[in-house]
Amino acid sequence: MKQLGLIIVIICGGLLLYATQDFPAWGDPTAPVHTHLSPHFITEGLHETGAPNLVTAVLADYRGYDTMFETVVVFCAGIACILLLRTFVQRTRGREYRHTPTGVVLHIQDPDKDLNNPREFELIDNMWVPHDLIIKTVSRMLIPFIQIFALYVVAHGDFSPGGGFQGGVIFGASLILLALSFDLRSSLRRISEKMLGILSALGVIIYSGIGIACMLLGGNFLDYGRLTAILPVDPDHIRAMGMLGVEIGVGFAVMAVMVIIYTNIASQGRHQQGL
Amino acid sequence: MPDLLTEIVNKYNYWLYIILMMIGLYAMIAKNNLIKKLVGMNIFQTAIILFFISMGYKDNATIPIIMGGHGGEAAHKTIEASQYINPLPHVLMLTAIVVSVATLGVALALIILIYQRYQTLEEDELRMRVKQK
Repeated sequence: MKQLGLIIVIICGGLLLYATQDFPAWGDPTAPVHTHLSPHFITEGLHETGAPNLVTAVLADYRGYDTMFETVVVFCAGIACILLLRTFVQRTRGREYRHTPTGVVLHIQDPDKDLNNPREFELIDNMWVPHDLIIKTVSRMLIPFIQIFALYVVAHGDFSPGGGFQGGVIFGASLILLALSFDLRSSLRRISEKMLGILSALGVIIYSGIGIACMLLGGNFLDYGRLTAILPVDPDHIRAMGMLGVEIGVGFAVMAVMVIIYTNIASQGRHQQGL
Repeated sequence: MPDLLTEIVNKYNYWLYIILMMIGLYAMIAKNNLIKKLVGMNIFQTAIILFFISMGYKDNATIPIIMGGHGGEAAHKTIEASQYINPLPHVLMLTAIVVSVATLGVALALIILIYQRYQTLEEDELRMRVKQK
């Protein structure tokens, strides 16, 4: 099997390398990829959309319909992870809890009873690790700044490299850092599974909602120019505002799906013990 | 022979990414473990993304963010298409990156389910156990 794979790969690679004879040289400004539509985007992009970042202008304005379905794809990946993996484990025996300030361990024998104030206690099972001061303190100090940076990346997608996908991934990474440095249960206390599901759907709703609002105001789907009827922004910048709105929707969806994928894969769907 | 060398020097980015693609393809075909196949798929996707992005490059051109666009002064100057690199491959590859992340997430979920059911991730053992069941 390995020899057959090697032969196939060598033949395929040889054909592709032979095909590079017809390719333009690297960096050639007259290559065919730079004709037809791309000069129009570069020369007219700022004037038509009001966003200096041409990549975001093409992504959210000229090809906004495509990006909407990309958000739906991300949402579907999150839903697929939940549907495939999520199992609800029944509690069959009692549990042990450790009071964090004093170190006293409680053993509750009845599997249905629960604690009155679960914030001061931590659950002890065979994956419990002791309190690690440096990691917890450093991540506690860093996580708000990572989140502010993520919001900055989303909001400045029009002017600097960034946008909804990038900012959403950074925000999701801050929540995954919370789950890694503390444990999965405390991160799920901060942002519950229900809230993650709502946020991911909210992202798609914001995106298509802006599109439908443009349609209700008399234009085409995702025609941001019509939003001047409801937003007090001059028509030069209304397209940039529409782009910002859809990027926020994309950011919500991507952030929630990143955390959904991490929590379900790391805990095999049981949401009890993380990595 | 000097022809081949000038070819390679002019187009070494295509050669590099095609070799990377073939490494990914070989990993998908020839490796036994499912996770290694998945890593091969990811290498393949990354090579294709880099291939497209390298096609959009122009010599002596800067990133596709209009300089001075924020203050509004750039609206008065003409913007030349040869000053900025092509934004279209970047846009298409953003979609490709998102799709590859989504595929990776769902593939890992499926691998976890396969492991829970058959207790192995090696392809030949999997085939035997599927035949037995």
